[in-house]
Amino acid sequence: MTTSERMLRVDIWRGNEKGDYQSFEVPERENQTVLDVVTYIQRHLDAALAYRFACRVGVCGSCAMTVNGRPRWTCRTHVSRVVKGGKLTISPLKNMPVIRDLVTDMTLFFDKWQAARGRFVAGDGPKDELAPVQPDTKERMAASEAIECINCGVCYSACDVVSWRDDYLGPAALNRAWAAYNDVRDGDRTGILKAISAGNGCHTCHTHQSCAEHCPVALNPTFSIAGLKRASLKAKLKGELSK
Amino acid sequence: MTPISYFLQRGTAMLMVPLIITHLALIIMAVQGGLSAEEILARTRGSMLWAGFYGVFVFAASIHAGIGMQTILREWTPLGRLASANIGHMLITVLWILGARAIYAVVWA
Amino acid sequence: MSIDGITRASRAHPGFVAALVHRLSGLALALFLPMHFLVLGLALEADSFTSVIAWTNQPLVKISEALMVGALAVHFAGGVRLLAVEFFGLTRAQSVWIACAFAFGLGVGVLFLMRAF
Repeated sequence: MTTSERMLRVDIWRGNEKGDYQSFEVPERENQTVLDVVTYIQRHLDAALAYRFACRVGVCGSCAMTVNGRPRWTCRTHVSRVVKGGKLTISPLKNMPVIRDLVTDMTLFFDKWQAARGRFVAGDGPKDELAPVQPDTKERMAASEAIECINCGVCYSACDVVSWRDDYLGPAALNRAWAAYNDVRDGDRTGILKAISAGNGCHTCHTHQSCAEHCPVALNPTFSIAGLKRASLKAKLKGELSK
Repeated sequence: MTPISYFLQRGTAMLMVPLIITHLALIIMAVQGGLSAEEILARTRGSMLWAGFYGVFVFAASIHAGIGMQTILREWTPLGRLASANIGHMLITVLWILGARAIYAVVWA
Repeated sequence: MSIDGITRASRAHPGFVAALVHRLSGLALALFLPMHFLVLGLALEADSFTSVIAWTNQPLVKISEALMVGALAVHFAGGVRLLAVEFFGLTRAQSVWIACAFAFGLGVGVLFLMRAF
């Protein structure tokens, strides 16, 4: 390391729910991502730093952190785009318990996916044939808009309602429920509407669109949730939810 | 929010769209030259049209305010679901009573 | 809710500002309604109604009234936008619609003031 190198000042959260920021000096590089910075610190300055990553190319959704106050996928976030006055502040995702340093406990987050019935339930269709789903049907197109989620937790971390009510299912789980609801092969689509119509479901959303604002893959969970609101309201008025 | 609260909240909002447009237009017209008690009462006294208009308005606005208050209390105060709901329902009841009294006063008294 | 709750950097976007304005204007209206109804109920006693309505012609009261009228207009316009998103799938240029809603509220408030004075 030469003294002529330009250095970044990086403040990183250390500890769990209680803790403090620790400052590091990291050499600035061209085309450096925030994840590169965290990895540099772990490899060269403090091997005990805890953080998560896997693919490093924006597919796996493991490396989300709060960077200068905003939730981001760190492997696809270039330092040059977010650095302020040569400084980065990196903390764990909000709205989740902190296990250590930059690692959060995502148990409740994923439990909510189950609570929103975001999984496929087989129907009685023919077992040895592929179910025909035409690409231009209304349901298939609605599902397309919600389907590319990488489960990173950024929207959940950004959600204002989750920050005020920790029982709210949140944008990621509800977005998944909307994709699942639009899968015409599903054997119990009404079951999804029942799951998301509990007091902590889609009706709790106030359409702030913080989820859409921050989603790294440019999904709009707010619109998925609006779809669920309409579908569940229709089903409720037809009496289908009480059966 | 439960689906029922959601339905009532958005339903009363839709119901009030034409009512609020009328109300705002009326306020802007009536305020010219200062408000006077005679001016207000001359319009409302004995008018079943205005009684109906304000009746629906009070009914919807009270529900809308009560559910909104319940949501704010639930999200911004340490009060739980039940306490927030109770305060919300109390607000609806109080607004219904005060609103009915106000309509009675400006139309029939 | 902590101060950090309001000032999170992740909340610096039009959707959150719109939601905050919607909530605060709604709260103001909900607190104003009981007083509004009480005053109108005074019409049962002609004298006190006349004196209260006369009291509203003071400049400071008129300005407060303009704030309430503005709150109603902002809450109304923001609510229409919200209904459009939730029920009619309004998806494009949210910030433009939000700006329109604020402009509508401000416009109605200013119009009130211009006519009131």
